[in-house]
Parts: sequence; C-alpha cells; structure tokens
Amino acid sequence: MNRGKPDEDEYWNSSKFKAFTFDDEDDDFNKLKESKKAVNSIRGLVDEEDDDDDDVEKVSWSGEPIGSISWSVKETASSIRSTGEARDQGFPKIDTAPSLPKQGSSYSLSSLFKVKSRTGGFPSFSESISETSTRVYAPELRKPKAEYKDYVSDWNPEETVRRMQRGKVYSLERFRSLQDKMLLLDQAVSAHDGNVITAVLIYLKRSLSKEILFHELAEREVALRHYVHYLKEMGEQRLLVELLKSLGRTEDMALMQYKEHLNIKDENRRKDFLKNCLSLPFSPDDSTHVQDHYTLLERQIIIEANDKRADAEIFKKYPRKASILNMPIITTLYYSCFYHYGESDGTYSSPANIRKTFRISEKQYILTALGARAKLKLWFDVDSLFNSKNWLGYSKKRSPIGFHRVVDILHKNNAPVQVLQEYLCLVDDTELKIGLAQKYKCHGVIINTYKDLKDRQQLIAYRGKVERGSPEDRQIEELLNNLQIRWKN
Amino acid sequence: MAHTGWRDAPDLPDFSLLKRLARDQLIYLLEQLPGKKDLFIEADLMSPLDRIANVTTLKQHEVDKLYKVEHKPIVSTSDQLCFLIRPRVQTVKWVCDIVNADKAVGRFRRYKIIFTPQKFYVCETILEEQGVYGDVTTDEWAFYLLPLDDDIISMELPEFFRDNFLEGDQRWVTTAGSALHLLHTLYGPFNKVYGIGRCAKMAYESWRELLEEGEQKSQKPDIGNVFLIDRDVDFVTPLCSQVVYEGLVDDIFRIKCGSVEFGPDVTSSDKSIKVMLNSQDKVFNEIRNEHFSNVFGFLSQKARNLQTAYDKRRGMDIKEMKTFVSEELKGLKQEHRLLSLHIGASESMMKKKTKQDFQELLKTEHSLLEGFEVRECIAFIEEHINRQVSMIESLRLLCLLSITENGLLPKDYRSLKAQFLQSYGIEHLLTFANLRQLGILVEQQPGETLTVMESKVGKLVNDRTAGKLTETFSSLAKKSNFRALSKRLTLVPKSDEEYDLRVPKDMAYIFSGAYVPLSCKLIEQVLERDGWMGLEEVTRMINGHEFAVTAGSNGGEARVKTDAQRIILVMFLGGCTYSEIAALRFLGKEKGLKFIVVTTAITNSGRMLEALLDH
Repeated sequence: MNRGKPDEDEYWNSSKFKAFTFDDEDDDFNKLKESKKAVNSIRGLVDEEDDDDDDVEKVSWSGEPIGSISWSVKETASSIRSTGEARDQGFPKIDTAPSLPKQGSSYSLSSLFKVKSRTGGFPSFSESISETSTRVYAPELRKPKAEYKDYVSDWNPEETVRRMQRGKVYSLERFRSLQDKMLLLDQAVSAHDGNVITAVLIYLKRSLSKEILFHELAEREVALRHYVHYLKEMGEQRLLVELLKSLGRTEDMALMQYKEHLNIKDENRRKDFLKNCLSLPFSPDDSTHVQDHYTLLERQIIIEANDKRADAEIFKKYPRKASILNMPIITTLYYSCFYHYGESDGTYSSPANIRKTFRISEKQYILTALGARAKLKLWFDVDSLFNSKNWLGYSKKRSPIGFHRVVDILHKNNAPVQVLQEYLCLVDDTELKIGLAQKYKCHGVIINTYKDLKDRQQLIAYRGKVERGSPEDRQIEELLNNLQIRWKN
Repeated sequence: MAHTGWRDAPDLPDFSLLKRLARDQLIYLLEQLPGKKDLFIEADLMSPLDRIANVTTLKQHEVDKLYKVEHKPIVSTSDQLCFLIRPRVQTVKWVCDIVNADKAVGRFRRYKIIFTPQKFYVCETILEEQGVYGDVTTDEWAFYLLPLDDDIISMELPEFFRDNFLEGDQRWVTTAGSALHLLHTLYGPFNKVYGIGRCAKMAYESWRELLEEGEQKSQKPDIGNVFLIDRDVDFVTPLCSQVVYEGLVDDIFRIKCGSVEFGPDVTSSDKSIKVMLNSQDKVFNEIRNEHFSNVFGFLSQKARNLQTAYDKRRGMDIKEMKTFVSEELKGLKQEHRLLSLHIGASESMMKKKTKQDFQELLKTEHSLLEGFEVRECIAFIEEHINRQVSMIESLRLLCLLSITENGLLPKDYRSLKAQFLQSYGIEHLLTFANLRQLGILVEQQPGETLTVMESKVGKLVNDRTAGKLTETFSSLAKKSNFRALSKRLTLVPKSDEEYDLRVPKDMAYIFSGAYVPLSCKLIEQVLERDGWMGLEEVTRMINGHEFAVTAGSNGGEARVKTDAQRIILVMFLGGCTYSEIAALRFLGKEKGLKFIVVTTAITNSGRMLEALLDH
C-alpha cells in the first residue's frame, strides 16, 4: 500500500524515469528562492554552520565539519550518552497490560500472569516466566555448562523478545511446543512492540497449522489484530477470509470479500464479481446496498453501451464528458435527468425507473432533477417539477425542499431574474425572502414584499438602492404615491 | 486573567540540533555505500528530506541521480542503487522486483535499502521470500523528529493514526518511545510525565525501558515536563472546522511539512508559489493564531503602516535615500511581498467559504457541540449529503453528530447511511465499517441508555460503587460520553454571553468561542492539578489509561519552578491540529508556560477521515 499523498508529486519535480534535482528547474525557482530567503527558513541548508553552533556546545559535541568522511554519527551519539556521570532517572513502571475484552482462557498460561501482574504484588513477568520455562523445559544435564547457559537464554521468551526488540541475533526455532509458542507470543504482546508481535506471528504462521493458530488467536485480541493487518498488507486475502470465518466474524468477512471488487477494472468482470457477493453473509442493511450496487452497475453497463454511440440531439449539443460507469446512484440519476428525461419508466435509463429501483426519496429526486433541468436552462421542466393540481384543476407550487434552496440552485445555474423571482415569491419566511432577493438583486420581489407588509419606511429606504429613473424606481414612486395603500408607518 | 508577571516565559530550546543529527546520520549511511550511486526516495519522504538536506549535500556524498519511488520499473545505469524508504510492504516488494529483474537479465548491481525511521521484520521477510536477502543490504536511518517550527516537531508519520487506532497495529509504539528517548537525551532529563490513552502508556513504557538500558548524564534540563496524549481521547476537536488562520490555511490549502503552495487565485498571477509558514515569516507569525475574523483588519492596518513607511522616502535628499534603500527598503519589500500573499490567501479563503455556506456549516457544528436543535442539524447534514457536496465534509458532520450524541438513533443511522451511499458511492460501505470500528460513527445500541443511568447512579452512590458500576458499563462499548464530559469540564461556554474574539478569554476562541478543545482542556487541568486528582470521573468517561509519574530519587530535586519546569512537551499520538497548537500557545501565554508540540503528524479533519477510507 503506497500511502504517499498524490499531492506530494507536485511539490517535487515529478519525473517519469527521469532524474530530478532538488532545485526547481523552471523560472519559478528564482521566485521560490527569493521567497524562501524571505522567510529565512533555508538558512540551515545554505549555510550549514552558523546557527547550529550553540547546540554543539550544549551537547559537548566534537563538531567536525559536516561532510567529512571520518565523521561518525554513531560515535557522536554514544559520546553524548557517555559524558557525565550516570544518574538514576528512576521513572516508575506503569501497568500497560492491554485491556482485553476476554481474559484468561484455559488455553493461555500467560493470561494468568497478566491478571496477576495487573493486581500487583506479584513478581515481575520475566521472573515468573523464566522460572517456569527453566523448570519445565530444563535441558539435558550432560551439555557443557556454557552451552547450557546459551540454551537457557534462548529458551526464555522474555530474553528472546528483548533481543528481537533490540535487533540482536535470536532464534525462534526452539519454540516448538504450542505452549512455548504461546508464551512467546504473549511475551511479545506484553512488550507492546507491534513489530515483534508480527515477527512472532510470521513464525507461528509457518510453524502451526492455521486451525490451531486461528483458535489461539481467537482469545488474543491484540495479536489477532496484528495478524489481520499483516495478512491485509501482504494481500493474503484468502487466508484472511478463512480466519474471519473461523472466528465467526461473518460480516467482516463479507465486507472483506466485497472490498476485492475495487481491484477489478473491467466492468463486466466487476459486475459478475458483485453478483457473487450477493450471497455473502452481510448484515441485512448492507445486503440491500450490495444488491443495489450490482443492479446499478448492471444498468450502467447497458446505458453506457447505448449512449456511447447515441446520436440524439442532446448528446451532440452537450457531449458527455465521462463515462457513467461506477458513478454513484445520484450521479446516475442526474445523468438520466440530463440525457434521458421524459423517457417512459419502462427503459432502464429513464429517471422514473432509476428513482423507483433505488428507492430514491421525493426530496432527493426533486433536488437532482432540478439541478439537471436548470443546467439545461429548461425552465418549463423546472416549473412542472413543482406544479401540483388540486381537485379543481388549479395548479399550485409545492416543494419537498425549501423554496430558498430551489432559488439557490437556480441561481447557481444562472437562471434569469424572472425565473428566480417566481420562486423567490414562494419563500415563506419574509426575512429570508428579502435577504435572498437582495443577494440575487430581485428588486421586484423586495418592493412587493414591502408593499405587502405596508412598510413605507423600508420602501423609501430601498429606493436609495435602485438606480434613479429605472423601472424599479418608477414602481416605488408609484406605490408611494398610491393613496389606497394604508401604510403602517 | 492576564498575568503581567508571566510575560517572561522561558525561551524554547533550539531544535535545529535534531535536523543536524538526522542529516549527519544520513551522510554516514550514504558513506556506507562508497562510490557513485543513484538514490530512490519515497515520495512522502521528500519534503522532510528537503528540510534537513539539499541536493548539494547528497551530491557531495556521491549520489549521482535522484529518483522518486513510483512503483514502476526503473531506468538507471548506475551500478549502485540506494533506496531511502519507509518500512512499507509495497515499497519493499517493488525493490525486490527491481533486483529480480536485474538478475533475470544477468545484470550485477549493489543494492541498499535505508529504512526510516526503522525497519520492520515484515520487510526483511519479504526480502527473504523474494530471494534477494543478501543481495540487498539494509540500514536504518533514525530520522524520528523533524522540527517544523520553534515549537512544533513532527514525526511525519501520518500512517501512525490508521495503523494504531483503526488496524490495532502497535508497530509505531516503539518509534514514539525512541523519539521520546532522543528528546530526553538531548533536552532532558524530564522530571514529570503525564499521559492519557493506551498508546501513550505503551509509548511511555517503551521509552522507560530504553532509559533503563542506557546511561544518563546529568545535564541541566531544557524540558521538564511531558504530556502524552492519544488522538482517540479526543476526536471532536480535529473534526471541527478550523477558524484560526493557520488552521484555516491548512484546511483549505493543506500545509505540507511546514510549507504551503498558494495557487494563482492567491498570487494573482499565473503562477503558484510555495511558501514556508513559520515564525520566520513576520506577517504570518502575527496572524497564525488569530481568529480569522481579526485577520483582515490586522492585514489592512499592516498595509497602511507599510504605505506610510514607503511614503517616507518622499522629500528625502540623496543621502537619506541611500540609507533608506540600503537599510529599510529590503525589509519593506519583503514585508510587502508577505503581506500581499497573506491578503491574497485570506481573500481566496473568504471566497471559498462563502461559496459553501460556511456560516450555516459552523452554525450546525456549534449546535452539535452544544446539543441544541439536533433534529435541525440532522436535516442540514441530510441535505448536505443529498446535494452531493464534499464527501469528506458530509462524513465529518456525521462523525461529529455521532460522537456528540453518543451514536445515532438506529433509524437515523440507517437512513443517513443509505443516502450517503446513494450520493457518494456504495463502496463507502467499507468506510462506514471502518468508522464503526473506530467508534466515531456508530448506531446507538439499546443498552446505551445506561449512560444516562450511570451518571445518575454515580451521583447517588458513593464513588467506589460507582466506579465498579462504570467498569461493567464501559465494557459494553466504547462510548464517547461527549455531552457529560463537556458539562464536567465546561467545554461549551454559555452561549448567551458575548465572546470578543479580539480579546480571547479562554481557549474557546479557536472555535469562535463555541468550544474549548477537550485535548487542551485536559492538559490545562492536569498541569494545574499536577496530576489527575479530582478528574477521576472525567478519565473514567474517556476510558482511562491515565498516568502521572515523577522521576525517582535525583529527579525530585527540581521542586522549585525552574525554567525547565515551565517548558512542557506535549506529544500527540495520532496527530494534532494547528488549532490545538494555537490553543496551547494561548494557554502558555496565560500561564507563563511554553509548550512544545511533538506530533506523529499534523492532522485535520480531511486528513483524518481520508486515512479511514479504503480506496
């Protein structure tokens, strides 16, 4: 898994097989250099010696010029440590036993230790373990003493883990009995060193049958998670699925398998793969979603095949910018409202069909259709989205989304003022209405609203904002002169 | 509470030493492969490397050509290849492929991998499995710490967050321990270590073991106290929109390794400019911690001053002009350039934010933090999703909703998830699974009502019994308990009071006075109490793992408030935001302390959530 951020590329001279340099090559460089100078941050790079001098003294560093071959970092590091007398820093040990949900199964000796060491008053981990192992696995006595000692240190899980942590030579071959192996694993876990935990797990993977290993991992959450992550990183998908299955984590297993579809580029193979996923033990909700995923891709493939060679007017006027394959449901709906509006619900590409198949809410549908039709500047279609007729046949505008939002979307699609005004008038909240009208410069709406409010003062104030002699100006004047209006102020 | 007496906070130690150490070690490692060699560098190591060395340094040590690791076949004629990489499976496999491709055509070269900051056993196993172990030599470059600024040190390990908190892989724990050890060796000895979180505890242990193994010289400490904190102690703070200048710049332009690239919309030319953002930039330094609403005023004042300074040259005689040009003009020009950049950046940010209805977004966030009009918030989030506005933003709001409400009602969860999948793609099923695993977007379980009971019972029964009860309850699920925490620690100030952002009265200013970041509040409280006394209920709700330890025997001598005691190193395991850094700087000023932030990486809501996606 490459976790490098794509943006990183831009920062450096990206190069296909071509060497790059640290310097920016184009004329940006001068500017950049100047800017860097300005913020004074590369001083350390350009002039290596000057501002570091204090530190050298601080750590009694010998301070040879940088870059000399003879110079050795490691020596310096050790000299830092060895100068001055040793002194007791004496930080206390704190209990870091991982809080496992399940503790102390009969399978794990170590869980007993854990519980005890947690309550305190028990000799430290190492003592108890080394004692046990020496007693139980005492080697044959005829071995020479030196070799015997070697053996003991090698047998001891704590020593082994410590050596692994410090990058020293070690051997895992001697941990052969299941009990030994698990003592080793538990020791690694209690050292909280993920690197060592994984190293031990790699050894266990090689030397234990997977059934036994899975069984042991079932009650060792920390080790299990390391193992799962290791398998993920190594791409051992099949083993991972088996592991999750044996642990009874069927939903995780289903998702893990489903995830594989991301690696399949060919849309037909991807579709087939998703079809196979349908029988996986997802949670009921997820099961519906995966079914949707399959149906969606199936339809997209059909739509794509048709539209790629479609020669309808709309495709010529607004050529498709991208394929519809693998787009989200809502994007697909938008696409369908854009290119296939008005098709009968029988066709896969019609908005009505997509809406029904994927149980899209009315609100969501209106939002999407509005966006698509407004983009095409087909205000008549926009109009009919909101028209509803009552039993007398009068049409009335109704919307599941606030009309202020409708106006917002229309404005984003550069709707003309008349269209905006029509929907602005439908905004219920007067304050919101006036705010929006001012934002979108719909003078008519503002003037009428003040008129309806009988707010003469506001109207007079607003007159200052419109151009003198403009139709708006005249309208205000007319209103102000209208004696039939009973102003409230 | 401005303590005028505290203005003389101690000076920060000089961290440029860390850069020099890293550079020298790298040189040493390059010299281990004598002769001309081509160097392949992992993409995300390039910016960090750029901060400590330059191409001349590398060339001096016989590096011929430099390439970026691109996971493709390579074209290099060199007989020696050196790879400077992170210990990642994918990259090691790629190196193996190169070696085996060479073998196949009978080409002989020398190969060396330098892992940074350390190698993992997995990597070596891959070399072994691919049959190139021995053909490739390996080394470690212990480049743990990169100072980004006077008070910020980054480990530049963004993957720490996902590996540790989502995958449960503790591979970076010892790295954190070693980083702490390095700081201790150079700037310690530390006197006191506080911490909260499982990882914090383990990192502390890892460091302590290193301490026991090595000897220590006695030196005068620069840094007295250390605070370790896990990112999962507080997920709310990094999920909030940032509104202090530096945080906002990071949210919008993404600061990378202390540097940002301003596009043509900022520079008002057709070019992009990369700028280092740190305390060396005098203009930036004055606005970085300010609430965004103050920045415009500040910048225009600054511009007026600049104009006055320029105007001085009118009516100067030749001699005066000469001095002006040689002494002042350069500084003025520089200031002018910085000023116009930051003005451009502010304008561009304003434009972007107005476009996306930032006000409404902030209102929703604040309502969630306050637990006020939650139904309206849900409606807002729903519409956000329906309109297919930024996927990460929708996710961010959903997570904030979940954490502040202790999970979503099952019917809300189902409906919002379904709509999200419709809008942004069904493969986000995997994202939801990850967020649930991490506990930041969950469905309320039927048993969750216990929380309410728990807090009631806690008040009635004496502490010990309550403690026991809580233990039973907390084993049910990891709950955020945000509301209760917020109440106990007064994280959300009363909304009826006017909050003057120009004269901030507490750390809440970094979120427009709406919320005191939990992480920083904990730090403040623990430092004030010199431990966790009296915070038992708080730590219980956070799910514990808190500790406070003092150095034994000789370490205790520093009872008096020495300068080192007033310098506190805060280590964020899993990342911290610029807003949190701003809050700590504010706290430092209030209390006469200096904070040094060490973080596994600088994070923000976008980076954090992107790390949890699966594709």
